[in-house]
Amino acid sequence: MSENKQALQVAALKNGVVLDHIPSNKLFKVVSLLGLEKMSNNITIGFNLESKKLGHKGIIKVADKVFTDEEISRLSVVAPNAVINIIKDYEVVEKRPVLIPDELKGIVKCPNPKCITNNEPMKTWFHVTDKEKGVLVCHYCEKEILMENVTLVK
Amino acid sequence: MENKSFVTIANLSKEKILYLLKMAHEFELRPNRKILDGKVVATLFFEPSTRTRLSFETAVNRLGGKVIGFADANTSSASKGETLKDTILMVSNYADLIVMRHHLEGAAQYASEVAPIPIINAGDGAHQHPSQTMLDLYTMYQTQGTLENLNIYLVGDLKYGRTVHSMLMAMRHFNPTFHFIAPDELRMPDEYKVYCDKHGIKYKEYTEFNEDVIAGADILYMTRVQRERFTDLMEYEKVKNVYILRNSMLAKAKPNLRILHPLPRVNEIAYDVDDNPHAYFIQQAGNGLFAREAIICDALGFTLEDIVND
Repeated sequence: MSENKQALQVAALKNGVVLDHIPSNKLFKVVSLLGLEKMSNNITIGFNLESKKLGHKGIIKVADKVFTDEEISRLSVVAPNAVINIIKDYEVVEKRPVLIPDELKGIVKCPNPKCITNNEPMKTWFHVTDKEKGVLVCHYCEKEILMENVTLVK
Repeated sequence: MENKSFVTIANLSKEKILYLLKMAHEFELRPNRKILDGKVVATLFFEPSTRTRLSFETAVNRLGGKVIGFADANTSSASKGETLKDTILMVSNYADLIVMRHHLEGAAQYASEVAPIPIINAGDGAHQHPSQTMLDLYTMYQTQGTLENLNIYLVGDLKYGRTVHSMLMAMRHFNPTFHFIAPDELRMPDEYKVYCDKHGIKYKEYTEFNEDVIAGADILYMTRVQRERFTDLMEYEKVKNVYILRNSMLAKAKPNLRILHPLPRVNEIAYDVDDNPHAYFIQQAGNGLFAREAIICDALGFTLEDIVND
């Protein structure tokens, strides 16, 4: 099935952002991560759509919205292989992969209960030490965690 | 302003480690000075640790500085629920340097990020205790004449013992061969073996502990096998008397062997070892003074040149 026909499964978008190639099982995590449920924008969410790459995928279309770098780095934690399409006047003007940043600040919770970040009103801070395997190291207690096991802040 | 805090040993360069050791050596030659005249050092021990605190406070006193602080969080406002940040900022108004011990991991790193004055980490939970590592390194350097190419035998609790983990990291610059001697339950965690592999550090592992195993040692670093570390108390009963160093086990020791221990010891070094010339753990603790004098002066911006010319 071509990308064009796939796009027809959901309403066309005039201006905004299409997040594509989200693994189906991560879709609702992405929704809450980006706080979509609190937005007043026109949003279309596609769940379990066919995908050559993933088998099934999720897709999110948000009208009249630009995501900040911080929001994109949040996205990278749960769906590092998603693709961001920027739409202007029904055309894809930019297509970019979600890049895993070198650092994640205030996004992921440290799993170590004895870490200072779990006991002091402060932002967590992780260094991404292996982007391929998704390895994070806490800047403070230096515990390692895998991205697939993270709990998000809040 | 450059942050002169001393929080971890893991990222110190070889040059910096050797520089601090040279500085410690100057203090060994002459530990009593006036170089900290007019300086106030705060020792904030959110978790009690008598020997570490006494060692730091002695270092300040012998260099002519003044000490303020608390020995126990129960006597500080932390017990009323004050944040670490507020305590650190408040004390920064009064002191030139903070030496802190805390039960939470990463506490010293965080303090160094919020404080306008340098922080020295005197232990943050199970995470780091870098001044202990500096005095261990200084003792090895002092007794062996070098840190290069040493055979270092680590014995006992290699799983939870933070001093042995910090030593691995600090020694990566000096081509050591480590020998890990521990019961199965307390063996060196995989993450540290991965660290060794990544940094080209050679190591061997043993579960038995006898005179033949330790015959090649330059440094024998004993740690305590603690009952509360075992999930299986049967296992503890089996091994509790295995990792005890006795004088009879030193018959084949190399002449330069020195026996170290971070102290306090309970029974892991038998008292008949104390009079053996290889025993060095009491002198090692004494070196804590020189190592900490160096760490304090470096954090306050004094250079090796200042110390030599003092």
